[in-house]
Amino acid sequence: MLYFSAVASLNYRPIIFYNNYQRVYMNLDFSDDQKFLQSEAKKFLEKEESVKRSRGILESSESFDNDLWQKIIELGWTGIRIPEEYEGLGLGHLELCVIAEELGRYLAPVPFSSSVYLFTEALIKYGSEELKKEILPKLVTGEVVGTLAVTEDFLAPTNNNIKTEVSNELIVGTKIAVPDCEAATHSIIVCKSSKGIDLRLVDLSCKEVSINQIENIDGSRGHYSIEMEQAPSSLIGDEGNGWILYESIINQAAVLFSFEQIGGSQAALDMAVNYANERYAFGKPIGSYQGIKHKLADMYVALTLAKSNSYYAAWALSSESSDLPVAAATARVSATKAYELCSKENIQTHGGNGFTWEYDCHLFYKRSKLLSLNIGSLANWKEKLVSNLEQSNIN
Amino acid sequence: MDFKDTPEQAKFRKTCRDWLEKNAQLKTGVEKNEFANIDFLQVAKDWQKKKYDAGWAMLHWPKEFGGIGASAIERIIWAEEESKFNVPKGIFEIGLGMAGPVMMEYATEEQKARYLPPMAEGKEIWCQLFSEPSAGSDVAGLRSKAVKDGDNWIINGQKVWTSGAHFSDYGILVVRHDPNLEKHKGMTFFFLDMKSPGIEVKPIKQITGGSSFNEVYFTDVVIPDSQRLGNVGDGWKVAITTLMNERLAVGDANGADVQDAFRWAKKQDDSGEPLINNKSVRSSIADWYCEANGLKNTKLRTMSALSRGETPGPEASITKIVSANKLQNIGAFGMDSLDMAGMLKTDDPEIQSFQNAWLGAPGLRIAGGTDEILKNIIAERVLGLPQDARADKGMPYKDIPSGNS
Repeated sequence: MLYFSAVASLNYRPIIFYNNYQRVYMNLDFSDDQKFLQSEAKKFLEKEESVKRSRGILESSESFDNDLWQKIIELGWTGIRIPEEYEGLGLGHLELCVIAEELGRYLAPVPFSSSVYLFTEALIKYGSEELKKEILPKLVTGEVVGTLAVTEDFLAPTNNNIKTEVSNELIVGTKIAVPDCEAATHSIIVCKSSKGIDLRLVDLSCKEVSINQIENIDGSRGHYSIEMEQAPSSLIGDEGNGWILYESIINQAAVLFSFEQIGGSQAALDMAVNYANERYAFGKPIGSYQGIKHKLADMYVALTLAKSNSYYAAWALSSESSDLPVAAATARVSATKAYELCSKENIQTHGGNGFTWEYDCHLFYKRSKLLSLNIGSLANWKEKLVSNLEQSNIN
Repeated sequence: MDFKDTPEQAKFRKTCRDWLEKNAQLKTGVEKNEFANIDFLQVAKDWQKKKYDAGWAMLHWPKEFGGIGASAIERIIWAEEESKFNVPKGIFEIGLGMAGPVMMEYATEEQKARYLPPMAEGKEIWCQLFSEPSAGSDVAGLRSKAVKDGDNWIINGQKVWTSGAHFSDYGILVVRHDPNLEKHKGMTFFFLDMKSPGIEVKPIKQITGGSSFNEVYFTDVVIPDSQRLGNVGDGWKVAITTLMNERLAVGDANGADVQDAFRWAKKQDDSGEPLINNKSVRSSIADWYCEANGLKNTKLRTMSALSRGETPGPEASITKIVSANKLQNIGAFGMDSLDMAGMLKTDDPEIQSFQNAWLGAPGLRIAGGTDEILKNIIAERVLGLPQDARADKGMPYKDIPSGNS
């Protein structure tokens, strides 16, 4: 037998964090309560036929399923992270992660990522006390639904190419590719001010704002333009510091997006495995051929890496670790790669059926791309990862 | 979620750490192969003996065989701590990782008392004789013969890829006792003295230039029936025990990893700029970082399950596929970064580590289950896909086409 260092399987640098306040064992896993929450979320979305609803939205002129959204609000999910003093559930990021995985698995056609991972999290972290008192309780009840607007052109936004401008609290400019505006009542606008970049809150119902749907590739979620002509706004965080805050918001959101992505990857892999077991060619299930087996094994490998990296990032997020920027980018890159692989190879495994509108394969393929672009492309996140590594001097 | 030892685990870790600090040197990052020009076998034996005397050699074994009855998690803690030190590796792992568990399960009490302690101590080295020229991935296709002769068995045939056979004292062996049975049913398992008359060991020169494994020829080699492990005809069942242990044993690729590539890219010149500024290099480093940490975090998940006393999920099955391919890619990256000079032998330990990675990785992608076999295993045992079509199913072994008979 060929042989290589046997003990090497255990040969890695362990990460051990000492915490004097709690007595917990090594545990890169969710708690029983969190797993229970996840299984309840799974049951709910299964019962509500979330995937079928996603197809329904794709085939309608609407861009979200309001009925499902209202039920989600009733379950309290929009208030999971909102502190009890603002009428939320006051739970942690880990609870949000397990919900995100299930929303991803069932392609839930709701504005959850925009309103919860981006808008709500930004307000909790950077909103003034006054704004929090006004807005957070309404996010719990669903009176307020939020989104975040950054893109202005057919290229990646940076702190140097933002043209939307604020002066005397009034915003002028146009954002495109803003997700979920049909549901949203408010948006955070990334804009230029005399001091640099600001984050500002805009009420989308005011008369100085006009919103238009832009047709997109995944019709189960909507993209919009927001035109602002002297739209009144309120500042979030410090003036001129907006780009740093924006980066920090999307670092957090990247972890939650990665859970949606691993949920979707798992669903696409499960679908491919089922089909490979049922579909016969040359007298045998196609899953008995190595061409298919190895493809599905590759999907499993990519998903496992993504899942483990997402678990670690969830820990970094929930414990406010200084490792978050690296951990979030690692989870995001792995999860984007896993979902893109699983969703495209699920189509390939299904053969011609996979290319039809009738089969669900394309729903996952399209959602995978939507999620992978929503807070910046794979190339951008790889670059973020490496520049964070350079800064943190990890070697 | 949390990452910390219980007080008991922290205490155990400190005990490991204290002993290692007294007896070995911490790794510094760029390791020169300080064992290169000395009697490596003796150095490895000395280190093993030192560990044995302190109870660390096979810490999960019971006391009577030289262990300390450690738990799975304690074994991992020890391995983690030992991996931070520059200690000799590569001599005992087959014996301890594969022969040991089989002897523990199938040998008699007298045999265990005789063979296990010297195995743990490093006084006697064991090898594993499974693969044959016509039985690699399909190891159950092996044809070396065992014929019963009174209280003995007479062995004829050839094994191949036998790591360490040239310095081993004992070996575990699976052979065919009846070619008229189906291939999985006609095999029997033994252990034997590698110094027995009729055994000839010929080293195989590898693409690295080194020779760590061998061809082993058997001509009328006598093995007493008392050295049979398991019943006659149970050879495959016993072999599976070993192969399961091998899958646990052959894991992460040792050698250049993402942090080495990263450190190198920061200082290597690329047309007047640091190589790390090159976009394609940045993209590759991001990929390798995700793979390396994906494996690390996968192990943390496995440890979490062990720590709770649960059986880990199948996620560790991805380790060798990912790490061997990563090793090959990182080796190629390092060599490519030197342009034409990447082909030159040098004393620079960093350049050597890339060249060694590139030369050694093809072996790792094959050893202990090829990438392809491991993907079959993931597909069949984890994902539940149907077994491969077997053209030889139900056929007597002697009627199976082999392409070279």
